[in-house]
Amino acid sequence: MMPEDNKYSANSKPKFWNDPEKRSLLFQVLMVGTVILFALYIINNTMNNLESRGISTGFGFLSQNAGFDILLTLIPFDATYSFGRTFFVGLLNTMLVSFLGVILATILGFIIGVARLSHNWLISRMASVYVETFRNIPLLLQIFFWYFAVLQLLPSPRESIELFDGVQLNVRGLYFPAPITGDGFGWVVIAFFASLVMSVFMIRWAKKRQDETGQFFPAYWASFGLVIVLCGLTYLASGSPLTWEYPELKGFNFKGGINVIPELSALLLALSIYTAAFIAEIVRSGIEAVDKGQTEASSALGLPRSRTLRLVVIPQAMRVVIPPLTSQYLNLIKNSSLATAIGYPDLVSVFAGTTLNQTGQAIEVIAMTMAVYLTLSLLVSLFMNWYNKRMALVER
Amino acid sequence: MKKLGIIAAAAMSISVAQSASAEDVTLKGVQDRGFVQCGVSTGLPGFSNPDEKGNWTGMDVDVCRAVAAATLGDATKVKYTPLTAKERFTALQSGEIDVLSRNTTWTQTRDTSLGLNFAGVNYYDGQGFMVSKSLGVKSALELDGAAVCIQAGTTTELNLADYFRQNNMKYQPVVFDTSDQTVKGFEAGRCDILTSDASQLYALRIKLANPDSAMVLPEIISKEPLGPVVRQGDDQWFNIVKWSMNALINAEELGLTSANVDEQKMGDNPAVRRFVGLDGPKGKGLGLADDWAYQIVKQVGSYGEVFERNVGGDSALNIERGVNALWSKGGFMYAPPMR
Repeated sequence: MMPEDNKYSANSKPKFWNDPEKRSLLFQVLMVGTVILFALYIINNTMNNLESRGISTGFGFLSQNAGFDILLTLIPFDATYSFGRTFFVGLLNTMLVSFLGVILATILGFIIGVARLSHNWLISRMASVYVETFRNIPLLLQIFFWYFAVLQLLPSPRESIELFDGVQLNVRGLYFPAPITGDGFGWVVIAFFASLVMSVFMIRWAKKRQDETGQFFPAYWASFGLVIVLCGLTYLASGSPLTWEYPELKGFNFKGGINVIPELSALLLALSIYTAAFIAEIVRSGIEAVDKGQTEASSALGLPRSRTLRLVVIPQAMRVVIPPLTSQYLNLIKNSSLATAIGYPDLVSVFAGTTLNQTGQAIEVIAMTMAVYLTLSLLVSLFMNWYNKRMALVER
Repeated sequence: MKKLGIIAAAAMSISVAQSASAEDVTLKGVQDRGFVQCGVSTGLPGFSNPDEKGNWTGMDVDVCRAVAAATLGDATKVKYTPLTAKERFTALQSGEIDVLSRNTTWTQTRDTSLGLNFAGVNYYDGQGFMVSKSLGVKSALELDGAAVCIQAGTTTELNLADYFRQNNMKYQPVVFDTSDQTVKGFEAGRCDILTSDASQLYALRIKLANPDSAMVLPEIISKEPLGPVVRQGDDQWFNIVKWSMNALINAEELGLTSANVDEQKMGDNPAVRRFVGLDGPKGKGLGLADDWAYQIVKQVGSYGEVFERNVGGDSALNIERGVNALWSKGGFMYAPPMR
């Protein structure tokens, strides 16, 4: 053995190609170089091809007039705005449905996930049926189902269903009265923020008191009440400065009020119901991963079931839940591009669809669209990783 | 995501395809392959629609068949690729298809900045509106505030915006991917109007569960010259598609039909003799067999036959010839002479 060992240790420096560290470095450099060269080749080749085929390139088209209208825009838009603006209109619509979808799916997923572990036979079975049904049907079919089979069966605008005073439901969507603020509404806004600040202090105080004396104070309920009472009083004191604009049937459609288009409702329903089924499973597995001893210990302390779940089980379960939950959020955001199937004007439908077709700039438009999904996804996983770190077990 | 995938894949294939000269390769490709790759719509009665047996028929399909008859001597040697309005140009640019024959409007942008060439017009159309009779609307000018179903990525979207702005009217655009979805949306009452090229409105109307419940308004708000498209840079192929169209129109002018062409061929009309390739320029300039035009008429028919069979009196659409009649009969159809 000795002579061989000497070869490496005693003979001071090994040859460059015999040093495993340097060798691996060399191969990594070679690999990166190859990838960069390949990318350059592709880009160069693309430019040559486009030029030889007489296809115009560049991002100049973004400043041209779009010349078409969009069903739902969160920022001002009409046919006189530019193609560049259609990008932001589509982006905001994608973000709107993704944001609402993530929130709804999370709430629904947690409820179903907890319900699946319920001791009530009926509730847990219903939750299982929910999960198995919605998880196993392709999302596109579910979108079609909500849009064509459910929402389009609603009556025409002239025969709308009035749900509450001024809330109309018909095949063109759901119409709400729109609030119009009058003079003095600023005071209500100030009262709202003031009560929020007060709540924060109250919650801190309650926590401190509980730590010191062990006495419990329902700070969250109290602050909820505080916000309602303070805002309500200010509202009345400033002379009820809020009027409602009711949707009215004029000509073909309802005018005025707030209109939630059926494309948005269908997409949102399908996305959140579908994703919630996966989230429910993640929540269930997370809760089941918490040692049974924890539950037993907390009930031995006399905590009721609901607080055992909220204070002991779920915080520990979150550590298991968050990483796969991130994947589900990313899936939901990317799946929102199925919007194009039912005419919801998301980024893919508006920008990678109409704008691409009107300008013919396939490469630029597709590159921009892919960059958006990549950025959104990276931002979400960045945020979730940060949150995960915060929630991670801190060993003392 | 699926659609994005298709377009992205096509965009990628533009980037990866070898940048060999595009000149004169399409005909060779077609002959080596043994069939023409033709992009058509996803299903529009009268223009390109698969029948019960899965055979494609229609005006646009017949252009593909004419090109196949001219290049391969067999009109059946076509592979059809159904494309949505959004996918069509990328499919052509990337070489997935040889010719796009899909009720596509000839516009300046499309002709000049997409690397494409329009090879002629096989149907002169204009955009119109279809409404449900129960609305009681008689003119497009009464449509203020209406919700409108449109197919994504068409010139229709732009014309509609122009028309409503010009007339100080507002509307709500509901944009779908395929014409089938627009019809569904219209039938379900999602929108008050369906707008498209007039010929398509007639075609879509017969797809309704109850065609009599809808009517087409009299206003035509745009010019829509529809015709086949090829890639730029391959002049030989451009000529072949262009002259296949011209052959269809010239055949009607010469009174040739699939039924009488064999008999007429024997006659001594010099124009007919040039047409069938016995005299005159024959097929050399195009790189085709001398009887290329004869094969078109024999297997596909003349423009008049194509029109009557697919959209005219012999079809369910029953559209008048109107401006699509021959120039000698008051229409726009005029093909350069074959000599």
